[in-house]
Amino acid sequence: MMDWQPLVLTFKLALVTTLLLLIVSIPLAYWLAHSKSWFKPIAETLVSMPLVLPPTVLGFYLLVVFSPSSTFGSWLNESLRIQFIFSFQGLVLASVLYSLPFMVHPIQAGFSNLSSTISEASYVLGKSKITTLFKVLLPNIKPSLLTGVVLAFAHTIGEFGVVLMIGGNIPGKTKVASIAIYDEVEALNYSTANWYSLILFLISFCILLLVYLVNGGHLKRFWK
Amino acid sequence: MIHIAVQKKLTAVEGEMLLDVDFTLEEGKLTTLYGESGAGKTSIFRIISGLLKADKGLITIKQKTWLDTEQKIYLKPQQRKVGLVFQEYALFPNMTVKENLFFALEKGQDKKIVDELIAIIELGNLQNRKPQHLSGGQKQRVALARAMVRKPDILLLDEPLSALDPKMRAKLQDYILEVHRQFKLTTLLISHDIGEVVKMSDCVMIIENGMITKQGNPIDIFTNQRVSGKFQFSGEIVQIQKEDVIYIVTIIIDANFVKVIAQEDEIKDLNIGDKVIVASKAFNPILYKI
Repeated sequence: MMDWQPLVLTFKLALVTTLLLLIVSIPLAYWLAHSKSWFKPIAETLVSMPLVLPPTVLGFYLLVVFSPSSTFGSWLNESLRIQFIFSFQGLVLASVLYSLPFMVHPIQAGFSNLSSTISEASYVLGKSKITTLFKVLLPNIKPSLLTGVVLAFAHTIGEFGVVLMIGGNIPGKTKVASIAIYDEVEALNYSTANWYSLILFLISFCILLLVYLVNGGHLKRFWK
Repeated sequence: MIHIAVQKKLTAVEGEMLLDVDFTLEEGKLTTLYGESGAGKTSIFRIISGLLKADKGLITIKQKTWLDTEQKIYLKPQQRKVGLVFQEYALFPNMTVKENLFFALEKGQDKKIVDELIAIIELGNLQNRKPQHLSGGQKQRVALARAMVRKPDILLLDEPLSALDPKMRAKLQDYILEVHRQFKLTTLLISHDIGEVVKMSDCVMIIENGMITKQGNPIDIFTNQRVSGKFQFSGEIVQIQKEDVIYIVTIIIDANFVKVIAQEDEIKDLNIGDKVIVASKAFNPILYKI
């Protein structure tokens, strides 16, 4: 029998990760799009690193930093009662870092493509930077926001290496669908592995299809 | 009285240039800044509206100090009551015409002004459209109305009509003049079109390489010697042709071509692209209604 828990856990992880990423990425992408600081290229490189690094590298460093035997890890554990290793929080943290470029890049591109005169027009009309961001800039980069949200969500669903490194394989806690598939194949339960794979395949397909339909304006034709 | 005296080092295509201007504007008058691209006109606008920081300067508008580098006073763009109309309109694409104007309202400001402005610029039937469904002329009317919502102390128009065809231009010029008069505004306009400058402004300032080289009444400024003509128009030379011993100079005035006969010594200093005034006083023009 197929256990639904890994799938539920996967989508819970993807949802939490995407929400956190959205909150983190909007200010970060805004800064990257407008900053002229010397530090910007370094920040851009760091954001893009998960695209090229093997997930195991990220997982390994997270393990080193947050392990209860490290100073920082034990401090977190004792004073804040937060444990990142082999826990759901750990998965969320790792996923946020790992999917960061998928959220930041589209939003950054969206901000950069907006003409700067639009924000200047808003400032001259007496509106603060925050009002301008929420009332003018963000509503005009909705397609970029959608792309970022969907890519980050889909990418989190597809995680394997980093999740395995930091979360391990604890049923109901850190055993996500991609790991469950690996488990089932190792145990030669091909039919269960097939079900997990098929569900992930279909859901990912539908999510990505939705982005291309919406951003390509194909859905508008049906609504008219 | 409005006093603007600013200095700013600018990096232009041809290298560094010092923008150094000092002028006063009479309240209620429309003044034009005329000069080549890169002369520093737009930078003056950006400094007045606070989008660009001057190296040194003083801006006082209606007894309020917006900028005083010696006293370290620097009001942010948000704190300056300035109406700025951009060449490329800069309307917010996510908002309808009416929402663009509503957005400009200050906290607690009476919303009536939005309807008044929509009536003045005659956009009542388009007020629920988004900017992408408007023509260039309509967009610029919305931009003008939006800049007026806060009742600015100074209205800055940065080549507002340069992207429009001649007919639309003439109509928009009338809208601008009407708004300028009705709201008793002090207006600064950037324009490249001598006809437009002469039609619209009380005063013109010629800017060259960051300096004001001439200022005064437009007709006086654009005619080197005073011509007391029965009629005169400004235009641009598009062709100079030699016919036997004389020359035929073709001039475009708005959208009309005029051919003028000239002697060799008259065309000595004239080149294609020069702005000229076509004037005459020796005959009686007759008007036909068309």
